[in-house]
Amino acid sequence: MNANESPLRAEPVLRTRGLAMDYGQGAGRVHALDGIELEVTPGEALAVMGPSGCGKSTLLHVLGGLERPSAGEVWVAGRRIDGLSEKALARLRRRAVGFVFQAFHLMDELTAVENVELPALLAGRSSGAARRRAAELLERVGLAERASHLPSALSGGQRQRVAIARALSNEPLVVLADEPTGNLDSVATLDVLRLLDSLRSAGQTLLIVTHDERVAATADRLITMRDGALVDETRLTRGTSGSLGDLVGLER
Amino acid sequence: MVPDGVGVAVKEPSQGYQLRVVQEVLLALLAAEASHGYQLRARLELALGPLAEALNEGQVYVTLTRLEKAGLVTSRRVGQADRPNRKVYELTALGRARVQAWLDDTSWPKPAPAEFHLKLVAAAAADLGDPVRLVDMQRHALLGELAAAQRAALAEPDHSIAGVLLEGVVLRLQADLRWLEACARYWNTTKGRR
Repeated sequence: MNANESPLRAEPVLRTRGLAMDYGQGAGRVHALDGIELEVTPGEALAVMGPSGCGKSTLLHVLGGLERPSAGEVWVAGRRIDGLSEKALARLRRRAVGFVFQAFHLMDELTAVENVELPALLAGRSSGAARRRAAELLERVGLAERASHLPSALSGGQRQRVAIARALSNEPLVVLADEPTGNLDSVATLDVLRLLDSLRSAGQTLLIVTHDERVAATADRLITMRDGALVDETRLTRGTSGSLGDLVGLER
Repeated sequence: MVPDGVGVAVKEPSQGYQLRVVQEVLLALLAAEASHGYQLRARLELALGPLAEALNEGQVYVTLTRLEKAGLVTSRRVGQADRPNRKVYELTALGRARVQAWLDDTSWPKPAPAEFHLKLVAAAAADLGDPVRLVDMQRHALLGELAAAQRAALAEPDHSIAGVLLEGVVLRLQADLRWLEACARYWNTTKGRR
């Protein structure tokens, strides 16, 4: 069912109104975001596609409080964040949002479990509680036995799974993933997709920026951007297609 | 869209999917060892995974009868203690030659971009519709198919044989979607100039 039609509609996790982002001045001015109206409902997995430079990464940064928009409103779980102080934004990023990046951004000198527990420690949890939570999350991403490995001893897919575990550390309202499979081969991509899909099944709200149609296809909804604007929206409802047989060369 | 020189397609819409090259497939499966019909069907199901659900139940048995008439397989009845006798099929020399010819054949089912391309050209020329809208419609349809295929692929365990097949489906759809992007780029930029 379309969540927007429900009378008991939940507060969106993310919402923007007239969102705009400009870089540069005068003739060199670039509209990275141009009037974005967006809502992401709780438990929804939203994919964002579009050509390089269309503004999709900027959108993710603004939604996660990494950048402040030039104009418009950004709401996270009913709270307006575009006017927050730098300190309040940092707090929001630590507590409400989990980031996953193409290049993993793990700390090279820390083990997998130390990387995963870092956000919990920064949020002020005790070292015991942070370690227990980190061990639990590594288990969840299937890397319990790699807990004491340094990132350099892990494959690309394993590093990204550690990064996803880290993103989940403080039970974020939303996980924002920017090209999460951009550095991965197709086997590792499938592993990461399975993991993201299991998070989605467990009710985690996800926003995934991607170039890869295979990644986008696992979302509930796909929006496409061009030149800073939303130009298309597709709902990828589950189990719609009975036509798989057609696609492998079987005939009716 | 019928590829050159492969198999016989039997049109029975209500009875699920047919394997286009079912004769060759069954002969090839029999090359390993003589088998019952149900063993062949089980091996097909394993290889096709979730795609086998749509497969026509009777096709294997109907085809085996045809292959026997054509002299490509022989059968003998084997008694079973607590059940009716079962037919075991075996490849003949003629059948083995047919399998080899199939394995050596490099013809390949072709995608058909010319058809869609000409649809866009015609729509634009006759003002029958906005080519960009047609591209969007097609993109939505393919995305739905990709979503179904990708989810089926995610549901397969590691090293699944059906997973390899689904990967082929997924990659092909991805290629089609990327081509549609190229179409959208072209028609978006030329639209204003006509």
